[in-house]
Amino acid sequence: MKKSHIFGIIIIAIAVMIIIITAGDASTYVTFTEARKMATEGNNKKIHVVGQLKKDDGGNIIGLQTSEDMLSVSFLMIDNENTEQKVYYNEPMPSDLKRSEQVVVIGSYRENIFVADKILLKCPSKYQEEEIKI
Amino acid sequence: MIHTFIGNLGHLFVIIAFVSSVAAAFSYFKAEQSDDIDWKRTARSAFYIHFISVIATVSILYYIIQNNYFEYHYVWSHSSRYLPFYYKISAFWEGQEGSFLLWIFWHIVLGLVIIRTFKSWESPVMFIFSLVQAFLVSMVLGIVIFNIKIGSSPFLLTRDVIDAEIFKIDPDFIPENGSGLNPLLQNYWMVIHPPTLFLGFAATIVPFSFAIAGLWTRKITEWIKPAIPWVLFSAAALGLGIIMGAYWAYETLNFGGYWNWDPVENAIFVPWLVLIGSIHTMLIYKKNGAAVKISYLLVISSFLLVIYSTFLTRSGILGDSSVHSFTDLGLSGQLLIYLLVFVILSAYLLIKKWKDIPSTKQELTTYNREFWIFIGASVLSLSAFQVILPTSIPVLNAILNNLGIQSSMAPPADQVMFYTRFQVWFGIGIAILTGIGQYFWWRKIDKKNLYNEFAVPVVISLILSTLVMVLSGLRSFPFLLLLTSGIFSLVSNGQTVLRLFSKKISLSGGAVAHIGVSLMLIGILYSSGLSKVISLNRSGMIYSNELPDEVNKENILLFNDQPLQMDDYELTYTGRKIKLDGYPGYYNKDQFNLLRDVRYLTARENILKDNRILIHKGDTVKYNPENTFYEVSYKKENGNNFLLYPRLQENRDMGNVASPSIKRSALRDIYTHVTVVTNEKKEWSETTEEEVRLGEAFFANDYVCTVEKFERIEEIDGLPLEEGDIAVKAIVKIQGKTNDFFIEPIYLIRDNYAARIPEQDNALGIRLTILKIIPENDSLVIGINTTQKDYIILKAIEKPYINLLWIGTIILMTGFTITIIRRAREL
Repeated sequence: MKKSHIFGIIIIAIAVMIIIITAGDASTYVTFTEARKMATEGNNKKIHVVGQLKKDDGGNIIGLQTSEDMLSVSFLMIDNENTEQKVYYNEPMPSDLKRSEQVVVIGSYRENIFVADKILLKCPSKYQEEEIKI
Repeated sequence: MIHTFIGNLGHLFVIIAFVSSVAAAFSYFKAEQSDDIDWKRTARSAFYIHFISVIATVSILYYIIQNNYFEYHYVWSHSSRYLPFYYKISAFWEGQEGSFLLWIFWHIVLGLVIIRTFKSWESPVMFIFSLVQAFLVSMVLGIVIFNIKIGSSPFLLTRDVIDAEIFKIDPDFIPENGSGLNPLLQNYWMVIHPPTLFLGFAATIVPFSFAIAGLWTRKITEWIKPAIPWVLFSAAALGLGIIMGAYWAYETLNFGGYWNWDPVENAIFVPWLVLIGSIHTMLIYKKNGAAVKISYLLVISSFLLVIYSTFLTRSGILGDSSVHSFTDLGLSGQLLIYLLVFVILSAYLLIKKWKDIPSTKQELTTYNREFWIFIGASVLSLSAFQVILPTSIPVLNAILNNLGIQSSMAPPADQVMFYTRFQVWFGIGIAILTGIGQYFWWRKIDKKNLYNEFAVPVVISLILSTLVMVLSGLRSFPFLLLLTSGIFSLVSNGQTVLRLFSKKISLSGGAVAHIGVSLMLIGILYSSGLSKVISLNRSGMIYSNELPDEVNKENILLFNDQPLQMDDYELTYTGRKIKLDGYPGYYNKDQFNLLRDVRYLTARENILKDNRILIHKGDTVKYNPENTFYEVSYKKENGNNFLLYPRLQENRDMGNVASPSIKRSALRDIYTHVTVVTNEKKEWSETTEEEVRLGEAFFANDYVCTVEKFERIEEIDGLPLEEGDIAVKAIVKIQGKTNDFFIEPIYLIRDNYAARIPEQDNALGIRLTILKIIPENDSLVIGINTTQKDYIILKAIEKPYINLLWIGTIILMTGFTITIIRRAREL
């Protein structure tokens, strides 16, 4: 076998390894029910859950609480299957959280609480103008 | 009056530009096929028409932006009356259409250079150029054929894009003002970063066109030589553009650094890595005719990756996973066709001609430089592959879902951690190879002299890195390895530069560039790998009562005027400040009165600077009402004190945007930004009354207050009193922790009625009103309202040796320049 062939095989092997590790490290979009199931099975992988903040009929947010020192926040989130879940976030409340129309939380379950490491928000009218102001 | 003519003219030029690029492509194709000088002439004329119409289009778009023609949707949505001219330039390329135009503009400039300097290559190369150009111009064409939208024109009228009531009532309505430029982009880097980046983007077409032309016209290897300076140029421009973007992110965004492995950052970084790889293989070809196949592969993929990254950022496929993506214009289909056409075209040509491409005859051995360069190019390619794979997860999802397979893959939860874990090893590999490569490039090394050549540099590197390691307390194994290999690369390339300096300095470009890269790697290692959150709350807070785990919090809460110890610093938040146009420094907003036009203020008092009056009472000054700067004082025991002014920009359309303030010093940066600030609309408590004498102390919001004295006053807020009015103000001193504060409520008697004018200090959360004056007791009744004291939540990060990264960049660019000059001279 020529050296260049060995060389090629090594490169392909590394590429395959990268694919396998990436597939293993990739997170998934799941619902709270699935996430909880994963957690009880001992799978602590960080996952993505998409949903909204819980609101009453008048559109007011329910269950949003900042800690006493204002350095962390917890809120109730409803996922796309209408499951309600308390989410805890160890960072000050993102300024756009209250006006968000969609929330993606990235994290995992600890006991009965979903601990988010990262929150992605989709806000209305941000970076898109749909109305004319006179 | 709506200026419809100029927009129609602009649109006409876009159409001419499109038609002429198609004509140029066709004629250049014919010219190459038939070798007919007439076709070549026609093609050239078509390209010149194309050139002129692109210039005209760009000028018209710039003209309508500069003249505030808000009847045009592009102007309305990206610019505003209040923007200074240089940000109107950034407004030009804030949107998809403008940035396509910028890209198109660079292509015509490069095309002109090609026509002028590479006569023998003109037809085939310019055919590819014109073809790409036709695709790009089609993206801004804005016409509809058979219900299919082709491109999005920047010359659409606002009334045609936005379905607002007002246009039904008055079709000629012109919005008074545009909605403005995203505040994050109102930064000087945004004036030069996009053009540089797009120049790099645009320049990748040159080597690509040469490669395709080489395959097509059977000049299988001859294309490499003229393409070398262009690959170098494109890598330099793209690299500089990337770093400018990183620097902008560091200064403006608040994710805590300069690189976030965001999909859009990755999408540009990957073609750059591949370009760098192609430089090396092409230089090998130049040296001894090897590496042609791999050069083809790398050059072609770098261009295809540029188109792919365009697809990623502009098709909307990344969705919410990136901060940079453009708004979706519904052009994803067109972009996909664009991408597929070039992928298929290149693949077809490559497969067809693959057998004709010479292979490297010589067997690879560990002792020839080709071997090391191959490894280098492979490491770069693998590194690129590792980055592009997870970045493409949304694309994989889309493909699988289209095939009917449910896929819910998401990008890695902790991007930075995920990418770093791999890339640190690629960094190590690159550093070692740039070091070894130098020896093999310049000398013939075999078993006999191997030891002699390497012993000294390796020993020096090991000694140096041990020293650095001990001094800086670096512990992690991959980091140590990266440091050692970085230092080895510095030593080896430094040695080469020294040797070449005395002989032929023009040859030193490569070694200089490698020094730059290794400095950058070490700079990244320290500033990111060892960046330290110093606003760490080490109280071992538990997550919440419901959770057993303990965590640290990375932010701290600072009340106005209450010092807090943080790491080695004592931090005090000392209030909100504003910046004034044309005046240095920061000012208290309380010193000014607001005017109806929110961009102006008048001074309430003389404002002094160095004992001279800087702004006179009553003067009107201009400022940006969106920006508030939160003054934070840092005190260190050794007397190393400084002030930082992290900014919060409150924009009606974009929401709140926090930008950091950075204390720069040679060895480390202290990077600080606010995460939360007190809401200005706060609720005040019920009034409590307190009867106090002059000099007697009372409490308000936990502060000790004393009425120092009464004063008759003759004017209120600059307005003189009316005949028969009596007015007094009480000067109340409030003892703060670091300073004394004064609140001066006013009591006015007019026509036997008492008017009470309260005064408040928002920072302390105290509002005082004189309710009653009781002359017989020599006392007064003060009404006290309190509210939340002003506070900020702040995050501070220390970035050691970040300057190595910036210095490394400059050295890398110098290396590129030396090499480009040398290689261009060789043509």
